Amino acid sequence: MEVVYALAIGVLTGSGVWLLLRPRTFQVIMGLSLLSYAVNLFIFGMGRLTVGSAPIIDAIKQTDPSLYDDPVPQALVLTAIVIGFATTALFLVVLLASRGLTGTDHVDGEDSEP
Amino acid sequence: MSLTWIVILPFAGSLCAAFLPSHARNTAAWLAGGVALACVALTFQFYPQMMGGAVVRDVVQWAPSLGLDFTFRMDGFAWLFAMLVTVMGALVILYARYYMAPQDPVPRFFSFFLAFMGAMLGVVLSGNLIQLVVFWELTSLTSFMLIAYWYHRADARRGARMALTVTAGGGLCLLAGVLILGRIVGSYDLDAVLASGELVRAHSWYLPALILIALGALTKSAQFPFHFWLPHAMAAPTPVSVYLHSATMVKAGVFLLVRLWPVLAGTDAWFWIIGSAGLSSLVLGAYMAIFQRDMKGVLAYSTISHLGLITLLLGLNSALALIAAIFHIVNHATFKASLFMAAGMVDHETGTRDLSRLSGLYRAMPLTATLATVGAAAMAGVPLLNGFISKEMFFTETIFISGNLITRLGLPAMAVIWGIFSVAYSLRFILQVFFGPSARDLPRNPHEPPRWMLLPSALLVAACLVVGMVPAKTIEPYLDVASLSVLGADMPLHSLAVWHGVSLPLIMSLLAMAGGVLLYRALGKYQQGTAVVPLVDRFHLDGKRIFEFLLEKLDVSARGLTQWLSTERLQVQLLLLICAAFASALIPLSHGGLPEGDMSVAAIDPAFAMMWLVGAVCAIAAAAQAKYHRLAALSLSGAAGLATCMTFVWFSAPDLALTQLVVEVVTLVLILLGLRWLPPRYKSIDDDARSLGARIRARSRRLRDLGLAIVAGAGMTILSFAVLTRQAGEGISPFFIENSLLLAGGANVINVILVDFRGFDTLGEITVLGIVALTVFALLRRFRPAPESMGLTPQQQEQDAQTGRSPPDPHALLPVGPMMLPAVIVQLLLPVAGMVAVFFLLRGHNEPGGGFVAGLIVTTAVILQYLVGGTAWAESRTRIHPQYWIALGLLCAAGAGVSAWLAPRQFLSALTWHTTLPVIGELHLSTVLLFDLGVFLLVVGAAVLILVALAHQSRRGHRKAAPTHVEPKYEVAPGEMPSTPATAYALVQPNKGD
Repeated sequence: MEVVYALAIGVLTGSGVWLLLRPRTFQVIMGLSLLSYAVNLFIFGMGRLTVGSAPIIDAIKQTDPSLYDDPVPQALVLTAIVIGFATTALFLVVLLASRGLTGTDHVDGEDSEP
Repeated sequence: MSLTWIVILPFAGSLCAAFLPSHARNTAAWLAGGVALACVALTFQFYPQMMGGAVVRDVVQWAPSLGLDFTFRMDGFAWLFAMLVTVMGALVILYARYYMAPQDPVPRFFSFFLAFMGAMLGVVLSGNLIQLVVFWELTSLTSFMLIAYWYHRADARRGARMALTVTAGGGLCLLAGVLILGRIVGSYDLDAVLASGELVRAHSWYLPALILIALGALTKSAQFPFHFWLPHAMAAPTPVSVYLHSATMVKAGVFLLVRLWPVLAGTDAWFWIIGSAGLSSLVLGAYMAIFQRDMKGVLAYSTISHLGLITLLLGLNSALALIAAIFHIVNHATFKASLFMAAGMVDHETGTRDLSRLSGLYRAMPLTATLATVGAAAMAGVPLLNGFISKEMFFTETIFISGNLITRLGLPAMAVIWGIFSVAYSLRFILQVFFGPSARDLPRNPHEPPRWMLLPSALLVAACLVVGMVPAKTIEPYLDVASLSVLGADMPLHSLAVWHGVSLPLIMSLLAMAGGVLLYRALGKYQQGTAVVPLVDRFHLDGKRIFEFLLEKLDVSARGLTQWLSTERLQVQLLLLICAAFASALIPLSHGGLPEGDMSVAAIDPAFAMMWLVGAVCAIAAAAQAKYHRLAALSLSGAAGLATCMTFVWFSAPDLALTQLVVEVVTLVLILLGLRWLPPRYKSIDDDARSLGARIRARSRRLRDLGLAIVAGAGMTILSFAVLTRQAGEGISPFFIENSLLLAGGANVINVILVDFRGFDTLGEITVLGIVALTVFALLRRFRPAPESMGLTPQQQEQDAQTGRSPPDPHALLPVGPMMLPAVIVQLLLPVAGMVAVFFLLRGHNEPGGGFVAGLIVTTAVILQYLVGGTAWAESRTRIHPQYWIALGLLCAAGAGVSAWLAPRQFLSALTWHTTLPVIGELHLSTVLLFDLGVFLLVVGAAVLILVALAHQSRRGHRKAAPTHVEPKYEVAPGEMPSTPATAYALVQPNKGD
């Protein structure tokens, strides 16, 4: 299971990094979104992978930490997802404004090479 | 404590003056005068203690845990200097009240003035070297404000900038020097530093410290080769020049040299550095002063010269010379201030300071002329005036200098030459302005200035006379107190007297006086109507020009360096960032390696593997398609997001999965809305436009990036696998699980962490969210779409052509056309979505859910109305004001936090109530719910604001296009659709000009 999880992170990172280095703004925004999936999964993985042990206290398990998944990375990732939405929105608007101002969707605002 | 008040009062007064209305010149003057007089009184009351040789200290704790205090310290010398600063301040305030024009914003002037006075007193009274440097830089800043007071004048701005650059740069050197000094001594406390002179002078770091501190002092005191800023600072209003260039700003440099004299003086290095700077300024300043045309210019160069005299005296390493230096600090302040005041009065009454235009003012302004003549005589060193006594002391010191023949003969010779020059420029200053035939073409008709304006000058001139005639009865006790505090036990016997009998210094004085008169007569013809300084101007030794040349070179080279070292290209920056990430991962790995994990690996579930096979293919495909097929790439990336979401479900993170799912939907809609404004991009066009070389370059760049991407992916895979296969360390997680129900009363640990344990973080996060939403809104208000994406898209045109477009009717019950049925469904969906959201919000504390999820659900429902009905239709019925939601959300969340103070407990502590209601039963209320409600409201507001602002842009495009272009889109008949999209855009494009 861990192998698949690690490979998933790797593929998402690779795709994200590739897109991040592209010259078009849309490619960069897609790259950031893929990279944020990878990073969120990576942080979530810090709590290790457990099945069927959501950190919701129930009467049977009581409060034994070993029976629940680590809640701290989950709380961090939840925050990261929401903030990720906000930054995506901001970046999108900036790229649209830049496109309107410069007439191109190149990240530097000018086409050095077509 | 009253010691601290001396420094605080001026700053407080400055703050008060800043808030006065700009025409309140009398109020401001009374305020400033009152503050100055209070400071005089506060300072003077220390005199009895100073007489006993005591050192008064006043420590105000600032950050005791860091060992940082405000230390104020007053000894005899500091007392004398503080008296000088405050008394001069009071006199200048009186003078300035009458000098400044009613139309000048006078309260601003007094505000800066008092701030400068406070900074200067801070320098004088600091008991800590670092604190001294802070006040030192404050004097540079406030003097910048004062010099640039008439900021509409270019020369004032330029002069102020030059003064600030030179003196504040010197201040930085001083800071470095003081840091070294503090390292040598082991303390920055002034008393500790003053007590370890032997240690400092013997230390190997003595020379660097000396050079840096000397740079600070010499720049401040306008000593050669940093003298050039002072004449340009004359663009300031004259009261500023009176204060800054007679008693305070430039004196700060020599104050520092005297202050550190017991520590740094007594070595050859001191003699050569300080002495030669002083001697050069002494002679050069006096020489330049002869040839100035501006009255204030003469005084400015004379100031450089007299400060050179003080510096030279300090550099001579003799205790008597030090006493002479302190004496001359006081003397120079009195006569130079009175002369600056006279120059200001002449300027005020005649409208010009040009020596070649002024003449014979004695008739119109007899009182001013008398005062100026006595002041200038003191400057020239005429007997029975205070300038004479300190000049005699200087001549005596030059004779008794030991050393080789050059210094033994050269120094007295230079002193006499200086004497000749100063007599010459003083004569010229007086004779040119006040004597001779009456001037005819003055801008104003001259008459005597108001009495109160003459008073400060008169008092100063009286002081020159009294000190010059009976020095032993007037200045000597104060001078002794000051000298004793610097010299301590080494204090030599001395006495101030007017008559020493016929001696070598007296002969030198007479020689200088006779030579000065001769020189003035010889130069008389040459000086008419010329401002050229012989020798200096011929060799282009203009400090200002050199300064500006150096500044420009610095600017150019800084720009060059920036261009060489950095780039504005985003791709290169991102590349470097990724390489840095590699390096930061590789460095620890290369040291420790990556030992194998110790945990057993779970068996692979085929369903999970299959899901990620699809997810991975989607991610790679999204990467490949993002350039030419944006919609496809967006959908593929969404599929990868879904796989991520499912992974959260799989590995016991229901809250994450829920949030990821709704965020995924909202993000997708968001980017879809943005796609419309991006330029079309077609592979065939791109390929044709490129040359062979460009294509090869692009290919090699892509290969490099592909390599990087593969390495990054592989690295993250290995790293993740390594982490996942070893035991987690002991963290803080058990605390949350054990206390979630116990302390916070919630079973859902994630939600409890977000709204209770780490509520403050969440408060910060939603604030950021609100700010981002408002930023997006603000950016989009000014949004200017590219002209070619203004009209309808080809898809819209095609659709219109097939169905026959009718303008949308915002008041129709349902949108007409193909969207009618979906519109019914989404309208029904709205209340259902609201209910689901409330359900998730309320159960969030114990089950998966919470404010974030609930907020995004409502957002999705709202945005669906827009998607299906169109912006116009949706807004005709639902009036959502997302800004209010954001404000209300923040208020709720913050209110929930503040309500804890009622208990009273810490901010954001949860309060709970249990009540039993008749029908509903037991009710559990908590401020945590209010907080989560705030989160919910804010998320709805922020997300809707962002989406609606973006959706609105399509309406803007139409509105803009409409007036100039009468519905061209409807003129395209079906079947006539242009074949290539490029021409399609050209057709619907509005006039480019608007």
